[in-house]
Amino acid sequence: MDRHEVVQENTLAKYQKNPKEVTEYELIATPDGLEKPNKVSLWQDYQYNDHHWGMAIDLNSCIGCGSCVIGCQTENNIAVVGKQQVINRREMHWMRIDRYYSSNHHEDEFEKNGKLKTYAEMEDPSDNPQVIFQPMMCQHCNHAPCETVCPVLATTHSSEGLNQMTYNRCVGTRYCANNCPYKVRRFNWFSYYSNEKFEDVNGHMFTDLGRMVLNPDVTVRARGVMEKCSMCVQRIQLGKLEAKKQKRRPKDGEIVTACAQSCPTEAILFGDMRDPSSRLSQLLRREDGERAFHVLDSINVQPNITYLTKIRNGSAEFFPAEENA
Amino acid sequence: MQHVSPVREPLVTGGKTYHDVTQDICYQVEAAPNIRWMGALGVSLILLGVFFYSVYRTLWYGIGEWGLNKTIGWAWDITNFVWWVGIGHAGTLISAVLLLFRQKWRSSINRAAEAMTIFAVICAAMFPVLHMGRPWLAFYVFPLQNTLGSLWANFNSPLLWDVFAISTYFTVSLVFWYTGLVPDFATIRDRAKGKIAKFSYSMLSMGWTGSAKHWSRYETVSLILAGVSTPLVLSVHTIVSMDFATSVVPGWHTTIFPPYFVAGAIFSGFAMVLTLMLITRVVFKLEDYITLEHIALMNKIMMVTGSIVGVAYITEFFIAWYSQVEYEQYAFINRATGPYWWAYASMMTCNVITPQLVWFRRVRYSIVLTFILSIIVNIGMWFERFVIIVTSLHRDYLPSSWAMFSPTRIDVGVYVGTIGLFFTLFLLFAKFFPVINMAEVKAILKYTVNDGPTYGGANEGGGRLTSHTSPAPYATPGVPASAPVNYDKQND
Repeated sequence: MDRHEVVQENTLAKYQKNPKEVTEYELIATPDGLEKPNKVSLWQDYQYNDHHWGMAIDLNSCIGCGSCVIGCQTENNIAVVGKQQVINRREMHWMRIDRYYSSNHHEDEFEKNGKLKTYAEMEDPSDNPQVIFQPMMCQHCNHAPCETVCPVLATTHSSEGLNQMTYNRCVGTRYCANNCPYKVRRFNWFSYYSNEKFEDVNGHMFTDLGRMVLNPDVTVRARGVMEKCSMCVQRIQLGKLEAKKQKRRPKDGEIVTACAQSCPTEAILFGDMRDPSSRLSQLLRREDGERAFHVLDSINVQPNITYLTKIRNGSAEFFPAEENA
Repeated sequence: MQHVSPVREPLVTGGKTYHDVTQDICYQVEAAPNIRWMGALGVSLILLGVFFYSVYRTLWYGIGEWGLNKTIGWAWDITNFVWWVGIGHAGTLISAVLLLFRQKWRSSINRAAEAMTIFAVICAAMFPVLHMGRPWLAFYVFPLQNTLGSLWANFNSPLLWDVFAISTYFTVSLVFWYTGLVPDFATIRDRAKGKIAKFSYSMLSMGWTGSAKHWSRYETVSLILAGVSTPLVLSVHTIVSMDFATSVVPGWHTTIFPPYFVAGAIFSGFAMVLTLMLITRVVFKLEDYITLEHIALMNKIMMVTGSIVGVAYITEFFIAWYSQVEYEQYAFINRATGPYWWAYASMMTCNVITPQLVWFRRVRYSIVLTFILSIIVNIGMWFERFVIIVTSLHRDYLPSSWAMFSPTRIDVGVYVGTIGLFFTLFLLFAKFFPVINMAEVKAILKYTVNDGPTYGGANEGGGRLTSHTSPAPYATPGVPASAPVNYDKQND
């Protein structure tokens, strides 16, 4: 059904006419009028005094190549689970590329066919659809729904904005995964490094020689433990440490996450939102209210990852009707 | 003779004396196991074996042995957990709430119902432990001081509240059940012939002598424990419902869950009590104690709570529309028309339509129909929890994560295995413990002063303690012993 706050696109003509109208923002009705969701909150917000790590993903630039997914897998020692487990929806990738396809049907048909029928028809993509690629990883929410529900406090919030995952503490109740609206958390269903079912596909974790491929800065998670994107915390810590050794603050662009590093079109930008001169801060300032949006803004989990609305080339203000494919 | 009230059905039929009560109930404990019990225990032990195998597979290889995936993190495990905890609630209601409401009809069913609660909570407790990825670290949930700067558990988490709620519920129920059993263990101890029996029941009855002081304490403790247990009937399942209500998942995030779940728990609990009691009363020949009136009353409670559940279903639908939250609306459209529509249809027919049949007198006084109804309700309530958990999880906010769930053999094995565990425990209880609270049933029998209540009547067990030749001077035949006595007349 209507989920415009998941992914957004618009046309160049509209953007040129008024850039502040290309993105549909969620507003909550309050006694004081329509407010942004982050104004309607019972939670006390975190104070970020030093760094506040964030990311911007430009849906314009993402071509869906998947390099970020593989870069993340290599950097973070993510297990390969094999075809059967992937069919069972148990892949371990911390990142995924969601694809949203266009359809022949349009909102205009609500009047004629009714909402339910039109939405059902919209679930079938066109024969020659247009696609939006959306890389999705842990959004590092400031009001994380996963953090409140872990019974043993295995997932917590860092003083720099990251949602941390403490593997050693996790007992594997999976409530955090159920409560994540973005479904970015992954559970170690089996022991992928010692259960012989996976020796064929994950062989590098079984032998001493194979294990030399793994990143020594990142642990290999045990069976029964939850894992997710850590925003390459090992790289953040390394960058901070190197800078500290040289008695300075980390420079913008020194710390780069594996996904940002792998992306051929530089669609993913990682940086310190507390540093006003960082590329990320400049980008967010420029696109605020224009192309910058958060996925599922209305549930007010306040992600640290901002997406930029995709703008399509075209002179029309609305999307053209599909020609016969 | 037993005094029978002219205005209501007797709670114990058949003109039973106190001795009859003792005989009828102790006979089942003292007699050798009959073939039907052996057969039932055999089947239960086989299912228990299935349980052990499934648990071994889960613990050795991992939660991957179940049908769960990245989208649906809970399915049969938590469905079964909530199902079993719900079933347990009827026993506590019968023991505690009906005691506080002075409903004398609870006396013949409360012990078996409380036993059912304890065994159901044992079965339920299997699941929070087994569903963990690393159950050997389950002690992490306990707030114990430690050397890690005292690393505490997360008190914001409903799963932690569950730990406290279920452990409190189990402890209190066990204590309540046990204190009620002490006088009856003493009765069996006094009648025991064999050495092992005498020793065991002596230990179990803890030196009970039946003195007035003991009885006085018994009554007081029962009232106190009833007072402690009554809030648990409401709070435990409220906390279990918070596992879902405090999340952000559409279809889970509703404030109606606490009362809805509590009503559903009592509903399914009474269905299970009916199932068990209908079998027990026939097999153990206890039809005079668990009468048709009892069945009808339990049916009525089942119907009331079933109706509350039905109203909750309608309210959820209404609020999904009224809220205009697209995710919540989709969650309900998906439940009714999506790939799990058959589970939703089962839930609706079993839980909404069937309890309404109890309005008909013919249904609620019929053994066969009640039995069928109770099984249907239990199945329906299982589907309700399945629908709530799986249909809400499998299609939530981002369509890219939508997935399907199907159970594996180990999922089914663990569930069927806990049914085996439950029936094994219940059959052992029925054999070695008196299934009806003899003391409380005797307390609700009424006798006239003339025909003494002890060993007289048709089934003479021993010498008469009161003589017929000299009746008490102020007695009138047919007047119950509890009638007010005019002492002034004596001095005339």
